[in-house]
Amino acid sequence: MSPQTPDPLVSRLLDAAVAAIGANVDLLGDLDRAVGDGDHGVNMQRGFSAIAGRRDELAALPLAAALEAMGKVLVMTVGGASGPLYGSLLMAMGRAGAREGATFTAMLDEGVAAVKKRGRSEPGEKTMLDVLVPVQMTWSAACREGLPTAQALERLRRAAEEGLQSTRPLLATKGRASFLRERSIGHLDPGAYSSFLLVNAACSAFQESSQT
Amino acid sequence: MNERVSVVIVSHSPDVARGAAAMVRQMVGGDVRVAHCGGNPDGGLGTDVAAIKQCIEQVYSPAGVAVLVDLGGAESNAEMAIEMLPADWQSNVVVCGAPVVEGAVLAATEAAGGGNLAEVRKTAEEFFR
Repeated sequence: MSPQTPDPLVSRLLDAAVAAIGANVDLLGDLDRAVGDGDHGVNMQRGFSAIAGRRDELAALPLAAALEAMGKVLVMTVGGASGPLYGSLLMAMGRAGAREGATFTAMLDEGVAAVKKRGRSEPGEKTMLDVLVPVQMTWSAACREGLPTAQALERLRRAAEEGLQSTRPLLATKGRASFLRERSIGHLDPGAYSSFLLVNAACSAFQESSQT
Repeated sequence: MNERVSVVIVSHSPDVARGAAAMVRQMVGGDVRVAHCGGNPDGGLGTDVAAIKQCIEQVYSPAGVAVLVDLGGAESNAEMAIEMLPADWQSNVVVCGAPVVEGAVLAATEAAGGGNLAEVRKTAEEFFR
């Protein structure tokens, strides 16, 4: 999984992410209506539609440059807090991946660090970090153990699912959901849900690419 | 005269942004340059990085720009907009941790009185501590 290779992985990632968000606009909106302002679905759709609209241009780029460019599109089009958060994630991953000898582990580490910095947040606060951090940890562990790709991806999917579910009993202390205080408990976090969707989309794209 | 700190108002709502800017102008007249924006790139409730950046550029001077924002997404989008400015501008633009309407009026009043960027920010932020 060299981050520098201009390969079909970029278009697979892009298509899978656009499809995953597109198929869940209403669900993300409903989750956000319960704890926030209800715009997470349409905001994410606006961002990923803009990415889809630039598919040809983006798919021609190497992975690192494509991720950074997608991040910029999200920053400029989403219109909610998820724009700068997902934008920072992808831009930092892209920048890390553009460096000599970059690994996917380094990309993930820097991407997640950028989300923490932008949101001034850590896991346990009912946010997308409750999915992204376990995924980051699981990936590092899988690399250390030298797991085959299929198995590593399976673990990533599980980590994302467990991370998502972990947000349900949490009290939100960041974002609009924090206004609800105790009433935020018992709901899945919409940002964690979109992260879960995107991690799964990425796993499918990686899986497909590793099989060809 | 041109070296007054400017004020940028960012709200999720175009109406709130416009209204807050009108209140600022009523308080301080034309002594302080004020720009405002509200709404996501489609015009719905939300904020738009490009519009925020444009507002800052419109009123920027080396004296600095105080940015007032309403809710979380406005703050992170304002931060992104600042990071897209020329490197030597970035330290002259600050996001104030104050309520958007009251903070904007306080910031502009301090700016009109000749306060520097740190003083303007402090005035906006400390009033509500």
